[in-house]
Amino acid sequence: MLDQQREYVLRTVEERGIRLVRLWFTDVLGNLKSFAISPAELDNALQDGMSFDGSSIDGFSRIQESDVLAIPDPNTFEVLPWVDQKGAEARVFCDVANLDGTPLHGDPRQVLRRNLRAARDLGFEFYVAPDIEYFYFAPPTGGPPVPLDQGGFFDLTSADIPTALRKETIRTLETMGIPVEYSFHEDAPSQHEIDLRHTDALTMADSVMTFRFVVREIAALHGVHATFMPKPLEHIQGSGMHLHLSLFDGENNAFHAVDDPYNLSTVAKHFMAGLIRHAAEITAVTNQTVNSYKRLVPGFEAPVHVSWARNNRSGLIRVPVPKRANPLATRIEYRSPDPACNPYLAFSVILAAGLRGIAEGYELPAEADANMFEMDDAMLEKLGIQQLPQSLSDALRTMESSSLVADALGDHIFEWFLRNKRAEWRGYKTHISQFETDRYLRSI
Amino acid sequence: MSQPPALAVFPSPPPIDLARTLDLAGYRWKDFALGDDAIRHQPDGGWDGAVVMCDDDPDGGWAMCRALRRRDDPVGRVLVMVAGSQLPDLELRDDLFDDFCLAPFHPRELEARLRHMFWRQMGPDAEGLVEYGPLALNPATYQASLGGRPLDLTYMEYELLKYLAQNPGRVFSRETILSAVWGYEYFGGARTVDVHIRRLRAKLGEEHANLIQTVRSVGYRFGQSRWSS
Repeated sequence: MLDQQREYVLRTVEERGIRLVRLWFTDVLGNLKSFAISPAELDNALQDGMSFDGSSIDGFSRIQESDVLAIPDPNTFEVLPWVDQKGAEARVFCDVANLDGTPLHGDPRQVLRRNLRAARDLGFEFYVAPDIEYFYFAPPTGGPPVPLDQGGFFDLTSADIPTALRKETIRTLETMGIPVEYSFHEDAPSQHEIDLRHTDALTMADSVMTFRFVVREIAALHGVHATFMPKPLEHIQGSGMHLHLSLFDGENNAFHAVDDPYNLSTVAKHFMAGLIRHAAEITAVTNQTVNSYKRLVPGFEAPVHVSWARNNRSGLIRVPVPKRANPLATRIEYRSPDPACNPYLAFSVILAAGLRGIAEGYELPAEADANMFEMDDAMLEKLGIQQLPQSLSDALRTMESSSLVADALGDHIFEWFLRNKRAEWRGYKTHISQFETDRYLRSI
Repeated sequence: MSQPPALAVFPSPPPIDLARTLDLAGYRWKDFALGDDAIRHQPDGGWDGAVVMCDDDPDGGWAMCRALRRRDDPVGRVLVMVAGSQLPDLELRDDLFDDFCLAPFHPRELEARLRHMFWRQMGPDAEGLVEYGPLALNPATYQASLGGRPLDLTYMEYELLKYLAQNPGRVFSRETILSAVWGYEYFGGARTVDVHIRRLRAKLGEEHANLIQTVRSVGYRFGQSRWSS
């Protein structure tokens, strides 16, 4: 089938007059990287990969073994839908390998592939559907961000630019084979949410990368800045990326059980228990910026406590009620990740935590359906409810002692990530903020 | 066309190189000395084409071409062969042939030229265009279009759509689709089908998404049911 896929790609390039093929891959921090090749080079690239200097990519490889191969995944070949007068362009996602063809330890896509294989060995296919929030702002000038509108939740003002931008974004995503489930104006000014329909985790991680690119690109074409920064405005809710998760065992949803009041199977409960037990360890990966932790504060519908409930938006895991009791729609919603994460790595650690819960048969703690924002520490302690890490530094310290995360990411990325993020924290820690100047300069 | 193309060949007997090239390429052919004989002995569907060598006997060769062409139902796809010095002969005879080749000919060149003339019948296009309403799929070029505009699909999306569109009105279970399009050994399971159907619908756009219908608790159907009017 691989040969036919290659043939199909080569033929499409010829028939559609593709001028440039962009090879896409992702660095360890989740930035989309790309280099372009001509159609003449594509045949060779599909067969043998294209070599490039991996030491120029954050987290890929050490200087002494710098040459690596980008191997296009022909199943991800898509013609880019925006028109270029000089001729059409296409993109294809790549797996990155060493020159001998073995997976590069620094390539997040290969890391996710490895974790998905582990799930597959147990008979499970991991499905993910993200709800991605982001803001539209006027182009940044260095000052505070300026929202483009003052619309509220489900605001239906037809003339506003952001709504038109969102519609154009959705049209583009669908043309690229990324189906959208819902989209709406969030309750913060200029904040929007687009929910993608669930698909297998590898395709979804690719789709999240494409999504962020398309949102920014279309905004930029209209002179607007789109941002996935987790908490851009102090008094306004931040942007999350809630992940709807399920495991399929062939055609069956392994999370669904007919005889459970919440329709949750034992597999689902163990998976949730795994997430709850290891939530703090994986948070540095799902929330990887200094700024991420300013979103995870009480009062904004972002989770702060490690708990689960059917309908409690202050909890870490929510169990949504499926529409029309559709067994395929039974799922859990993991609410802490933000859209600034690396989706390949985030999906990897989430899956690893859930699978650990299944393997060890972890017991799911009791549901926490009260509003935990209103509970004091003593009450939380009595209920055995932990908090998520309070800062990037906290999260890194917890991650460092986690063999689960080290196994899921592999030693190379695990160590590189800790080093890189510690440096980020040091930079933040030594920065003197406006908050401090305003508060202390005159009074002390 | 299920049978290979039938060719009238001049001269009779043809040079051994020509006979071998035509045999190896799998054509049905018969040689004739005179145009009238070629017409009289044409197969049921008529000749699909002709190879006429004009290098040794230009008068006889061009007479053959005239006999094949100047009729109510002219023979199409006539390839003539001329020597380099005879190239001026082609002028003013453009109506008598479709392609030409220099003699002495190179077997691979002749084969390539014939294949090109007959590609609609001999090529992978044998499956033919798949068309349904505004949708057209060309299996020869792997291209799809919707209302005349290109529809960009991945390989699996293309194969899935082709499979469904070749059988409009028929209901397929997920398992049937999975084994026909992905093959039995594919791991992803029947969810893969659902996911790709959604992707296809997204690409077809709101207006045409209903080309693929979900048949509850059974699977999918492309186009209208055969039982409804």
